[in-house]
Amino acid sequence: MRKANFPKSSSVESTSGNMIGMKNDRIVGTSVPRREGRDKVTGQARYVDDMVLPGMLYGATVRSRIPRGKIKKVKFGPGIHWKEFVIVSAKDIPGKNCIALIEDDQPCLADGIVNHPEEPILLLAHPDRHLLPKAVEAVSIEYDPLPAIFTMEESETLRERIWGSDNTFKQILIEKGDVESVWPKADYVVEGEYRTGAQEQLYIENNGMIAAFDSEKGLTAWGSLQCPFYVHRALMKLCDLPAEKTRVVQMETGGAFGGKEEYPSMIAAHAALLAIKSGKPVKIIYDRMEDMAATTKRHPSRTRHRTAVSKDGKILGGEIEFTLDGGAYATLSSVVLSRGAIHAGGPYYWPHVRIRARAVATNAPPHGAFRGFGAPQSLFALERHMDRIAEVVQLSPVEIRRRNFLQPGQTTTTGQTASEPIDLGKLLDRALELSDYETKKKRFVAENQRANCKKGIGIASFLHGAGFTGAGERYLGSVVGVEGCEDGRVRVLVSSSEFGQGTKTVLCQIAAEALGLRYEDVDIAQPDTQEVPNSGPTVASRTVMIVGKLVQSAAIGIRQTLAASGLLGNSYSPEQFRAACRDYVAKHGRFRSLARYEQPESIVWDEEKYRGSAYAAFAWAVYVAAVTVDMTTCGVSVDDFVALQEVGKVLHPVLAKGQIVGGIAQAIGFALYEKVFWENGRMLNGQMTNYIMPTSADLPPIRVYFEEMGNVHGAFGAKGIGELPIDGPAPAIINAVGDALGVSFDAIPLLPEDIFDALEKHAGTACATSSLRRGQ
Amino acid sequence: MTKSPGDRLKLEIVLTVNNKAVKVRAHAMDRLLDVLRHELGLTGTKEGCGEGECGSCSVLMDGALVNSCLIPVLQAKGTRIVTIEGLAGHGRFCALHEAFLNCGGAQCGICTPGMILAAFHLLEKKPKPTAKEISEGLSGNLCRCTGYAQIVEAVMEAARRRVET
Repeated sequence: MRKANFPKSSSVESTSGNMIGMKNDRIVGTSVPRREGRDKVTGQARYVDDMVLPGMLYGATVRSRIPRGKIKKVKFGPGIHWKEFVIVSAKDIPGKNCIALIEDDQPCLADGIVNHPEEPILLLAHPDRHLLPKAVEAVSIEYDPLPAIFTMEESETLRERIWGSDNTFKQILIEKGDVESVWPKADYVVEGEYRTGAQEQLYIENNGMIAAFDSEKGLTAWGSLQCPFYVHRALMKLCDLPAEKTRVVQMETGGAFGGKEEYPSMIAAHAALLAIKSGKPVKIIYDRMEDMAATTKRHPSRTRHRTAVSKDGKILGGEIEFTLDGGAYATLSSVVLSRGAIHAGGPYYWPHVRIRARAVATNAPPHGAFRGFGAPQSLFALERHMDRIAEVVQLSPVEIRRRNFLQPGQTTTTGQTASEPIDLGKLLDRALELSDYETKKKRFVAENQRANCKKGIGIASFLHGAGFTGAGERYLGSVVGVEGCEDGRVRVLVSSSEFGQGTKTVLCQIAAEALGLRYEDVDIAQPDTQEVPNSGPTVASRTVMIVGKLVQSAAIGIRQTLAASGLLGNSYSPEQFRAACRDYVAKHGRFRSLARYEQPESIVWDEEKYRGSAYAAFAWAVYVAAVTVDMTTCGVSVDDFVALQEVGKVLHPVLAKGQIVGGIAQAIGFALYEKVFWENGRMLNGQMTNYIMPTSADLPPIRVYFEEMGNVHGAFGAKGIGELPIDGPAPAIINAVGDALGVSFDAIPLLPEDIFDALEKHAGTACATSSLRRGQ
Repeated sequence: MTKSPGDRLKLEIVLTVNNKAVKVRAHAMDRLLDVLRHELGLTGTKEGCGEGECGSCSVLMDGALVNSCLIPVLQAKGTRIVTIEGLAGHGRFCALHEAFLNCGGAQCGICTPGMILAAFHLLEKKPKPTAKEISEGLSGNLCRCTGYAQIVEAVMEAARRRVET
């Protein structure tokens, strides 16, 4: 094997890479069959729980039942043949007792102290999985409890210091202009506080891992996961193993949504420790309740806005305070905070702004990655606040947005110049037309007078940055490979994982398009850290834009190698390509072309000051929701949903639509159904019976429209798409509920009981006011 | 695995799975889901919640759609069970698989086997369902990826093709 050509992605922008796509869009832009689809529809796809290894044991986790305290004593109760069990504690960890991520503060197993309910303390394994639940129950742990804190406000008082010196995982300050200068000039100062709750990712496949250890070959973990190299790094550090003796393989993964970004490292670590101690393969599969109670959820948030507005509805400037509840350990909170803070200004122009963002510690299981990654929280606040501003200034929700849209050439809150030729006003007009907004608005006002079911319509306009924030992509330095094989086919080598979005399909499309091959001529390797280069984690809507561009680039390297060897001419048929590739491999062996990400010079980011180009590209959207509120039940139903977005070139219309509709469905749950009930830091409703996600009968027709503008940063002009659709629906829906009832709501999830309470209160005030008037 | 004392309490249970008579040794209250997956190696049937909410473990039992996580295997004694593997092996039902594939009805794939069995069951009862009937008919099967729209499209498409052929 030899490495052929290392085309730089930055150089490809000016070479033939894009031209092929523009001249000849045969595969990109069409809905080819999902690569692994046949296995999925016939039940043949292999998920981790479908895999059984000879002699395999089953593992289980003994977890903390208190939120915070010192572990005094561990007792193994009667009635269990403890000798048959493999038992692992923190003492058995060969390397460092941590789950390596950004900070190494989260232990793999609690050692003397616990900081949240469900924190792992001991591990058990046995050949008979039926014996494990009783054994876990039979372990009793005595604690010296310590005072715990459960809310952001408690954390801020510093009554208890539970993390670092000030309970703060990360603070960010974004400043543009001089916000203090705007208050005297303001005709209105509009304030608001907005909250969002924890949300469970609720992938239908629970988390699971299998690990096997061999003193010669080292450690292998197979599992349900998004980021093979995150798990790889965590295992190396935990087990004190070199890279070549640590192998991570992604199995078919049954949904993730960010929920399998960081926590799989923990489960792999646990399975690995049991496998090392027992010398046998060990499988750990969580049941639903364990998965919901112990693994990460979307960060609960609180956002405070104070905005200076002129009488014609222009934002003069504002202060935004964005706070996240990070739970007990740092995990990914700093980067979730970062994305949330950068998105807090939305698609609007802020001449002056100060954004203070802070992620604080509480004694709850760590909150983590979930589709949108901080942006759904800060954008919910902003888009609710825009309606509040509209109300104060007495403009329509449409007009207030139109007057403040970011225009090309203007700068974002971080000072990034909007360079894309996006016309948000036009996008808004189109969304209004598609949703029949004005007509409905008028009709609802007239009909609501007497109706027991009141209707409303709401909008949200928003953006989502694609790829890692700031200099993140430069630090990642992702590498992608494309390989020429014996049979003349090519194979894409990436660590980017498929978990429903269509990674495999789209990356094969891109390689085929770049090489002028058929979709069927391209294969893609299953992510396996021993076989594929590190193309980075599968997160942040980066796969199509960043990894896809590298696949395009690496594919061109294959063609250049064949051309340089004289086997391939300038124009060729797929058959000629395969023949050339076969001949080359027969002579020289399999060959690989690698492409490494190089950040374009135009992307400059100052991590200290939070100034510069936060993202290489943004996707833009305007969503419109129409709802009905039943005044008897206080239930809200979404009747119609229009989703209009600009995501660059749509590479696969069916998959793209699937991402948008799926994201909106999840966001409807975020807005109206999905409430985590907490008691002392523990989730009480960790079941699908009492944590309610939308069913097929709960959803409206979701009408999806794409505007396509090219984007130089992504493969064939594509931008990120996966997270955008979860940012806008919640505020659009809650704005619509406000429109229907004339009472606005600032926190989600918004359940019927919340509406009932608010209406009672409102009626109370209304009565009081009217009696006062009568009295006058 | 060594024989545990519990093995003595196991019963011999005969049932028909995907048109084949099978004999399993299991505890009366073992879940049909576990017997299918662990004893018979039919891993196409998935566990999502273990409490009958998500429908991922849906199979047909004597033609009725059931959550196999809620069926004690003794209850399945003498019945005819159809799993996704049985459906896949049956040429007549290709329309549903093809439609799920073409319309984007499967994303991560974990709910798909159960969803396809539910769709099959629906089409047996209502060969030409409306979109609303499909949404209601499949509302016992949860999908977190698709938002259901492309699943509904797939079932409509399969219904059209089944009528045509």
